[in-house]
Amino acid sequence: MATGDLALGQEQGELHAHQRVVNDFSINVATVNGSGSQSANSVLLKSIFGMGVPVSGKNLFPSNIAGLPTWYTIRASKDGYVARKRASEVLVALNLETAKDDILALPSGAVAIYEENQNLKQYRDDVVCYPVPFDKITAAVCSEAKLRKLVRNMVYVGVVAQLLSIDLAVVEKAVKKQFAKKQKVFDLNFGAVKAGFDYAAEKLVKQDPYVIEHMNQTAGKIIIDGNAATGMGALFAGVTVVAWYPITPSTSVVEATTDLLKKFRVTPEGKATFAVIQAEDELAAIGMVLGAGWAGARSMTATSGPGISLMAEFAGLGYFAELPGVIFDVQRTGPSTGMPTRTSQADLLSTAFLSHGDTKHVVLLPGSVKECFELGHDAFDLAERLQTPVFVLSDLDLGMNNWMSEPFTYPEKPLDRGKVLTAEDLNKLGSFARYKDVDGDAIGWRTLPGTRHPKAAYFTRGSGHNDAAGYTEKPEEYLAIMDRLTRKFETARKLVPAPVYEKKVGAKVGVLAYGSTDFALKESLDQIKKQYNADVDYMRIRAYPFSHEIHDFVASHERVYVVEQNRDAQLASLLKLDLPAEQTVKLRSILHYNGLPIDALSITEEFATKEGL
Amino acid sequence: MATATPTPKVNHIGLPIVDYRGGKSTLCAGCGHNAISERIIDAMYEMGVEPERVMKMSGIGCSSKSPAYFMSRSHSFNSVHGRMPSVSTGAILANHTMTTLGVSGDGDTASIGMGQFVHLLRRNLPMIYIIEDNGVYGLTKGQFSATADIGSKLKTGVVNELPAIDTCSLAIQLGATFVGRSFSGDKKQLLAMLKAAIAHKGTVMLDVISPCVTFNDHEGSTKSYKFMQEHDEPINELGFVASFEDIEVDYDSGEVYDVEMHDGSSLRLKKLRDDYDPTSKPKAVEMLMESHEKGEILTGVFYIDTAKPTFIDQLNVVDEPLGQLPESLTRPSRETLEKLMVNLQ
Repeated sequence: MATGDLALGQEQGELHAHQRVVNDFSINVATVNGSGSQSANSVLLKSIFGMGVPVSGKNLFPSNIAGLPTWYTIRASKDGYVARKRASEVLVALNLETAKDDILALPSGAVAIYEENQNLKQYRDDVVCYPVPFDKITAAVCSEAKLRKLVRNMVYVGVVAQLLSIDLAVVEKAVKKQFAKKQKVFDLNFGAVKAGFDYAAEKLVKQDPYVIEHMNQTAGKIIIDGNAATGMGALFAGVTVVAWYPITPSTSVVEATTDLLKKFRVTPEGKATFAVIQAEDELAAIGMVLGAGWAGARSMTATSGPGISLMAEFAGLGYFAELPGVIFDVQRTGPSTGMPTRTSQADLLSTAFLSHGDTKHVVLLPGSVKECFELGHDAFDLAERLQTPVFVLSDLDLGMNNWMSEPFTYPEKPLDRGKVLTAEDLNKLGSFARYKDVDGDAIGWRTLPGTRHPKAAYFTRGSGHNDAAGYTEKPEEYLAIMDRLTRKFETARKLVPAPVYEKKVGAKVGVLAYGSTDFALKESLDQIKKQYNADVDYMRIRAYPFSHEIHDFVASHERVYVVEQNRDAQLASLLKLDLPAEQTVKLRSILHYNGLPIDALSITEEFATKEGL
Repeated sequence: MATATPTPKVNHIGLPIVDYRGGKSTLCAGCGHNAISERIIDAMYEMGVEPERVMKMSGIGCSSKSPAYFMSRSHSFNSVHGRMPSVSTGAILANHTMTTLGVSGDGDTASIGMGQFVHLLRRNLPMIYIIEDNGVYGLTKGQFSATADIGSKLKTGVVNELPAIDTCSLAIQLGATFVGRSFSGDKKQLLAMLKAAIAHKGTVMLDVISPCVTFNDHEGSTKSYKFMQEHDEPINELGFVASFEDIEVDYDSGEVYDVEMHDGSSLRLKKLRDDYDPTSKPKAVEMLMESHEKGEILTGVFYIDTAKPTFIDQLNVVDEPLGQLPESLTRPSRETLEKLMVNLQ
């Protein structure tokens, strides 16, 4: 048996008769896009959460409005692992088109729940089958034919709840929350849940080992997706101008931000303390962000890879003319249109150096929904402090899926609006030079348009300029600006979020990763320890430019694996540009780039192979 | 003009004209753009606009360099090619209390910048957008732009075979609320138009024919000084009386349109053609299209609407600049976050 198979066997639990598998399996709900299964999936997820069991949900959806297959996987994990698992043990097969493939993909001993008239049993005699007359049950509880398609989804929630022994009272609470304040809708939906629950109790005989039992691992925790968390970060950062162009998977960042702004940022007189503008394209969106930043607003946009490409020219202007602005990039797969509803971490290099000429950018890398909130907030402080565009890279997996988290904490520090001179300051100073480094941190002072002082104005341009913002083609003046910008990037290195030493056991081998890779990597390191008794240190990177701790980490390990979700080892490449030459040979890559979120086993297997374990 | 007050030493806010000047122009001697800069200085001075309360915006090209040559006491942003509208939009969202003046060219607007230009018009963003229109790309040595007329000839003998984009018709159709065309060589008309533009609230789109003395001022060009002098057909006479000027305006009916501006100024448009009606979009566009077919270059104010809400009105934002709101107004309370967290549990 190859090491990989061994690990997979372990993941699947190697079932034996009468064995119970408690709070440690995945449920895969296969439906058709547009069938309205999202609420049902959410209720099921929140019911398991309500049982106190750590849980995560992933929506694997097509780039399509309706009709194509979609899968939602819910992972319950008593150990708190929330990454994608390769296989699911419980299948709810409600999509006729994919039902055969779905049941064939199940591991031995798994469970399949499907519409009674389908003969799925014929494909697998090693899978526990529960045929259920979903249509009949639905028709009985829902008299309106056009609602049945939606209500049918709630029936499977009831069936699954019964089979997995999820408390009906907990499900009821989740349904109530889902349809807050709409009693009629609640009655209809919970009626369907109950009908499914009762049917299963009466007609199905439990033959599988999977159960959910009460735990106390979710008390006080929240469930949220990364994009909504990002929106909250922007809200509490006091964002005032949002300019955007819709693109999957970033759209919900702006939708969440807008909802929050409408709720919390309207004066008693009914006036908005914000402006949200849907631009004509991403070029215009970033132009508006930089124009607003120049004129003193906290401004942001959210986009994905294709939008980032379009923003390239303006990104260079932002860097060279030193304009604040925050760009959230929720990464999807490329190149080009790629797979718009699949995840990746493949925009790191293109954002770090976005634009022509010698351009480089500050990039923040949140690794959890909590960090989507925190770094989403800090990005605005950094953009204004450093007077430069700041990119925040999350991805579809982190951004659009539901994650369990500690509640977010209120930012303690006041907003850092950076170096801005007022008319009173100018009265004292007499004059100022916009791009002069007077404080030794390579950051100049700026004035805002409208500052009532004859010396306040300066000329902002993307063409060659000198300290006083005057046009120049003089070599020494151009060099002075370019070299100061290099020094400013060194200032950024000190100000950006430091890496997190996630696991420190003094091992010879280290791992570096960032973003949503963290979930699978933590699980993998436990697998590596358990299976091979191998120790590995792990540092999670949270920003570019790289803090000195990252240099130290590489220097203090013999070999360093860089785990990331792209083909070209982009983080490793960026590290190689930054590290001393003798250190770069220590780096090796573990890559995952098929569009699905990275899973622990993939890392474990490749690590074991590369380490010769 | 309805009035001709002698130029005082200082304007009505007490500033001498020198406070409206800019750096020395690096454009060619005789460039139409320099004359437009002069008129902008005159108009801002005469209107008594505080220079510190003006944002000068531009894209890329000869025209877009010109904000360096007027009003040095105003903040200025020379952005990227064809993208001045988006930068201006952002800046105005951050501070809508400013007077915003954008200077673009025919290439910067009608070719590379067309996408952003049309959306600016559509939003009726409160700003003055001037196209310094010479029909050629100067900095790259004289290629045709998209406003060059069919049959216009380059110095090299190349003849333009594609139709010109009429930025004025476009602006009227898409939602600008003050649309006119002038000629850099017509001091009086351009100055009156700029003053009225400053008084207007909404998008002002002015296409100013501004001959390029180096690449497009020869025989065969339809954007040369000579051609303009021969073909300029003013459709109205402009009389502008600023709100602070103590002059009675007697309103006649018939041959004039009297427009009351937002700031209390008044604009009198005296008809020079029978088909002129600046309050009707279809008539204005029809007049432009018909005259274009006849080879006439109409100048004057083609369309004006002082009632349409601006983009800022529609956003219903607070009176203070969004960019300068205090933290107490922009960061919600600790309790707000706590409540949000409880809802997610």
